[in-house]
Amino acid sequence: MDVQIHISGLNVSYGDKPALRDVSLDIPRNTIFGVIGPANSGKTTLLKCMNRTIDFISSARVTGEVAVDGQNVYRMRNVYQLRRRIGMVFPLPVGLPLSVYDNVAYAPRRAGIHDRHELDELVEKCLRQAVLWDEVKDRLRTLGTRLSGGQQQRLTLARALSHRPEILCLDEFSIAIDPVTTMKIEDVLLELKQSMTIVLVTNLVQQAHRLADSTAFFNDSRLVECGPTQKLFTRPDNPLTLKYVTGVFG
Amino acid sequence: MTELDEAVAVPPERMFVATDFERWKTIKERICHAVLMCTALACVLPVVAILGYLLIKGWPVLSSEFLLTNPRNNLTEGGIWAPLIGTFFLVLASLLIAAPIGVLAGVYLNEYAGDNWVTRIINLGVVNLAGVPSIVHALFGVGAFVLFAHLGRSLLAASCTVAVMTLPVIITSTREALAAVPVSFREACWNMGATRWQTIRTIVLPNSIAGILTGVILQVARAAGETAPILFTGAVLFVPIADQGWESFVPYGPHDRFMALSYHLFTLSTQIRGVRDELLYGTAVVLIGMVLAVNSLSILLRVYLRSRKRW
Repeated sequence: MDVQIHISGLNVSYGDKPALRDVSLDIPRNTIFGVIGPANSGKTTLLKCMNRTIDFISSARVTGEVAVDGQNVYRMRNVYQLRRRIGMVFPLPVGLPLSVYDNVAYAPRRAGIHDRHELDELVEKCLRQAVLWDEVKDRLRTLGTRLSGGQQQRLTLARALSHRPEILCLDEFSIAIDPVTTMKIEDVLLELKQSMTIVLVTNLVQQAHRLADSTAFFNDSRLVECGPTQKLFTRPDNPLTLKYVTGVFG
Repeated sequence: MTELDEAVAVPPERMFVATDFERWKTIKERICHAVLMCTALACVLPVVAILGYLLIKGWPVLSSEFLLTNPRNNLTEGGIWAPLIGTFFLVLASLLIAAPIGVLAGVYLNEYAGDNWVTRIINLGVVNLAGVPSIVHALFGVGAFVLFAHLGRSLLAASCTVAVMTLPVIITSTREALAAVPVSFREACWNMGATRWQTIRTIVLPNSIAGILTGVILQVARAAGETAPILFTGAVLFVPIADQGWESFVPYGPHDRFMALSYHLFTLSTQIRGVRDELLYGTAVVLIGMVLAVNSLSILLRVYLRSRKRW
C-alpha cells in the first residue's frame, strides 16, 4: 500500500480539553478516505493537524507524528508549501471579499502565476470541477461574498483546487449544497481520485459509504475503527461502529 | 379542550380589545421613547449653542483677509495667518510621525502578536498612554524632546509631543478596524498557503483601510485643538513672519519656534490686554470650524466605507 499520509500517536488538546487521543492511521494515495463520527469527536482537528493550521489556535497542544509523503509536517520549515499541497474546505462557506475570479486566482497569484491566459484557464477548470462554472461564468466580476451560501461553498472548493493540491480535505463540504449539485460534485470527486488523495469528513454516513474506499470512525476524540468501507459498514469489529453506521447511535 | 385551554380562551369579539395591562405597556413605551429622545437632543444642544454664539460674536471679523493676514500691533489687530499655518504644519508633522508608527503597531498587535505577557504589557501601555493628561504629555515632551534629544523648543519637538499623545488612539482605532474583518477570511487565505503578510496585504488591509484612515483623521482634529502639549515645547506668543510670497507659506523650519491657533486663542484671551472681542471669537470660530470640517471628512469617509462594504 502506497501511504500518502501517515499519522501515529497523535494527541491534541485545547487547554486541558483533549480533542484527539492517541490516533494512528494511514491514508493510502489516490483513494477517498472517509472520516465519520458524531460532533466534537475530533474530525476537524485531525484535518487542521494535516496542514498545520492548528498552529493558529494558540491553546492547542500537539504531540505525535503527522507525515505527508514520509515527511513529518511538524519538522517542515516551509509550512506554506505544505498548505499549498493540501486543499482544504471547511464547513462554513467563505467567499473572500474579492471578485469570483480573484477568489479562485488568489492562490495561483500568490504562487507567482500572473499570466492572464494561464489564470483564465485555471479559474475555469477549478470552477468547473466545483460545479459552479455554469452559474457564475457570466458574472466572474461580482463579489464572492455576494453569492448564495451553497455557491460560496463551491467557491471554497474551487479555491482549494486552485493551488493544484495533491491532497484534498473536505470537511462537511455538502452542508449548504442542494442534493442534486452534491451528486455532481461527488462524481467529480471520484474523477479527482485519479490524481489526488481525498480526505472526506462527513456527517452523512451514506456519503462516506458511497464514496470512500476506506473509512475511519471517530468517537469521543478517539479513533474507534478504521478499515475498508465495505467491511466497516457491514461487519465492523466494534459494536459501537455498527450502531453508528446503522443510525442506532449518534 | 383541556382545562388550561378553557382558562386562557378569549371570545372572538374580545380578541383585539386592549386590556389595562396592554394600555399601560403602551404608555410606558411612549414615555421611554420621549426620555431617550430628549437625552439625545441634549447632546446636540451644546454644540449648536456654542457654534451659534461664536458665529454671532465673531461674524464682524470673519473674512478671507482675517485668515490671510498676520497678527499686528501686539496681536490686537490683523488676522491669524501665522498661527493658522503653524497649526497646519504642527498637525502635518505630528501625523507623519504618529500615523505610520501607530498603524503598523496596530497591525502587529492585531495580526501577529500572540496572547502572551509581552503583548499584555504592550496593551497595558497603550491603554495607559491614552489616559495620560495632555499637560503630562507636555512635560514629557520637554524632558524627552526639548532637553534630552536637544531639539530645543521647536516645531519638531512640539510635533513629536503631539505624536506621542495621538499614538495610543491611532493604535486602538487601527486594531478595531482590523478586527472588523472576519477571521474566516484570514483562515481561508492561510489554508491556501498564504503567509500572514500576504493575507494582510491582499485581504485585511484593503478591507479596513477606510476605518484606519477614519481613526487617523479624527486625531488630526485632536492635534489641532490641543494647547497643553505645545505650551512648553515650541509654541510661542508671537513670531514675525513674512506677509507675502512663498516664505509666508513655509514660515517655520523644523527647529523654529512657531505660532499655533489653539495657543494663539489662549494668549489672546488671557495674556494680552485690549484685544477686541470679535478677534477672539473669530479665532475660536476658525479653530472649531477646522475641527468640525475634519470630523465631517471622517464621517463622509465612513459613509463611503459603508456604501462599499463587501460582505
